[in-house]
Amino acid sequence: MSSKRSTFLISALVFGFAFLYVPILLVMIYSFNEGKLVTVWAGFSTKWYVSLFSNDGMIDAAWNSLRIGVMSATLALALGTPAGLVMSRFGRFKGRTLFSGMIAAPLVMPEVITGLSLLLLFVTLEQMIGWPAGRGLSTITIAHTTFCAAYVAVVVQSRLSGMDTSVEEAAMDLGAKPAKIFFVITLPMILPALLAGWLLSFTLSLDDLVIASFVAGPGSTTLPMKVFSSVRLGVSPEINALATLIILAVSVMIVIASLMILRSERMRSRASAGADAQH
Amino acid sequence: MSSDKQEGRLTLKQRFDRWMIKHGRVLVVGIPYFWLFLFFLVPFLIVLKISFSVAEYAQPPYTPLFEWIDEGITVTLNFGNYLFLLSDSLYVTAYLNSIRIAAISTVITLLIGYPMAYGIARAQGSMRSVLLMLVILPFWTSFLIRVYAWIGILDREGLINAFLMWTGIISEPLIMRQTEFAVYVGIVYTYLPFMILPLYSTLEKMDVSLVEAALDLGCKPWQAFAKITLPLSMPGILAGSLLVFIPAVGEFVIPELLGGPNTLMIGRTLWNEFFANRDWPIASSVAIAMLLFLVVPIMWFQHIQTKQEEGQQ
Repeated sequence: MSSKRSTFLISALVFGFAFLYVPILLVMIYSFNEGKLVTVWAGFSTKWYVSLFSNDGMIDAAWNSLRIGVMSATLALALGTPAGLVMSRFGRFKGRTLFSGMIAAPLVMPEVITGLSLLLLFVTLEQMIGWPAGRGLSTITIAHTTFCAAYVAVVVQSRLSGMDTSVEEAAMDLGAKPAKIFFVITLPMILPALLAGWLLSFTLSLDDLVIASFVAGPGSTTLPMKVFSSVRLGVSPEINALATLIILAVSVMIVIASLMILRSERMRSRASAGADAQH
Repeated sequence: MSSDKQEGRLTLKQRFDRWMIKHGRVLVVGIPYFWLFLFFLVPFLIVLKISFSVAEYAQPPYTPLFEWIDEGITVTLNFGNYLFLLSDSLYVTAYLNSIRIAAISTVITLLIGYPMAYGIARAQGSMRSVLLMLVILPFWTSFLIRVYAWIGILDREGLINAFLMWTGIISEPLIMRQTEFAVYVGIVYTYLPFMILPLYSTLEKMDVSLVEAALDLGCKPWQAFAKITLPLSMPGILAGSLLVFIPAVGEFVIPELLGGPNTLMIGRTLWNEFFANRDWPIASSVAIAMLLFLVVPIMWFQHIQTKQEEGQQ
């Protein structure tokens, strides 16, 4: 169509992506700056990486975050998968509106509200039944599981809604039990969505500052809490180094995951093309 | 031939299978339902409860709402927290500021995000996947670090000032960080992917032949856009705007790191009441006041989500 329009669209994309990527790239470049100031380039150096790895507080916080991330992503997958299944396959049932509300709301709820409300729940429960005794890694894990489960449910639900149900129906007609249908047919078909859901939960948990700050206890400082307390005062070259490492780790993870998903999609479409050819 | 005898011969596995067929459905619904009920819904009721109590130097720092006096429950509701919020201009200002800042940021995000989503949706095959990937990637990298990146850019001794002073355009550094402007930059920057993704998914599904037909019939390009593309992409516009607006109202990290001491936002006020003043009841009533305003957009968002799901099926 008109070249004027495509010029406009291309410049919007170039401007937009520059806006998204230049700040991140600057952080990465300045992590190799010898000097402490952002504005002055004092030569190439990896000393901030060395000082990052000798910062014990930072390393401890990173371990805490990784442990919480793995636990809450796994729990969120266990809770979010049935929730997504219910939303897309169970039709109408009593309390469905409330259920779908409890899945949609955590996605947009301001974090300060979620954090405060969970803290007050934990305090009240401790008063009433003595559990959880104090706050720490376990309370952060519960909090993260809750909002991550909502994300997993949405990912699983949208995968299931876009999926052909004929194989499941055929199995049902042939007398397979619902549980068997789920584990033998549905689960392998939604595996890429499950992988994506787990990774999403893991990164969301790793990234959360606000909710964790509310429900953390002494000795359960997470990486974002540590980062926040040091950047409050301004730019710190150590944080630039940490940011660079996180960005690289995430990019590698995303590329690997999307290659895996792409391969499984391709295999599936090839398999279904083969099945069509046999008909 | 009694059925009891048959029942007795059932193996444990068969019994389990029977039980699963009868109750499995309830189990599959029940476990996530129970979890979300306990850890998402019940907490709000507790916040509501504590917003009616009075702060105390105790552990936990508030007065009980229900008390056993003379073998009966006495409920002491205290509306003082809410009256206090209304009477102190600090809270009202923070509340209105948050709504204004979130609304303006949402509009800016839409203006930047729409052409990008449109461009991606009209790109060819593999280029499209690459561009989509480039939108999703920042969403996966740490939110905190993306906000932090702007400190080094907008600071008094930051990169923009250094560059402008070097070129000689300005002689005094501009004050950009610790202003409302920096908060807008931060919100637009971090929430842009949330706007682009729903916009992309509606624009991608749209039938291009409708626009082509309109152009063939003599419609001007902007008319075709206003009459066809824009109305058809409305669900994406709404979903994207709500995904930006609702969390932006309660944003804490961005005003704290990029805004100045005068950039009052309600999320920051709640945080300070809780962590600095240790006034849990006031923090709770601030949360309830924020929630009251957000209930309508949140329900609207849920409605759009459900409608889109039904459309897909």
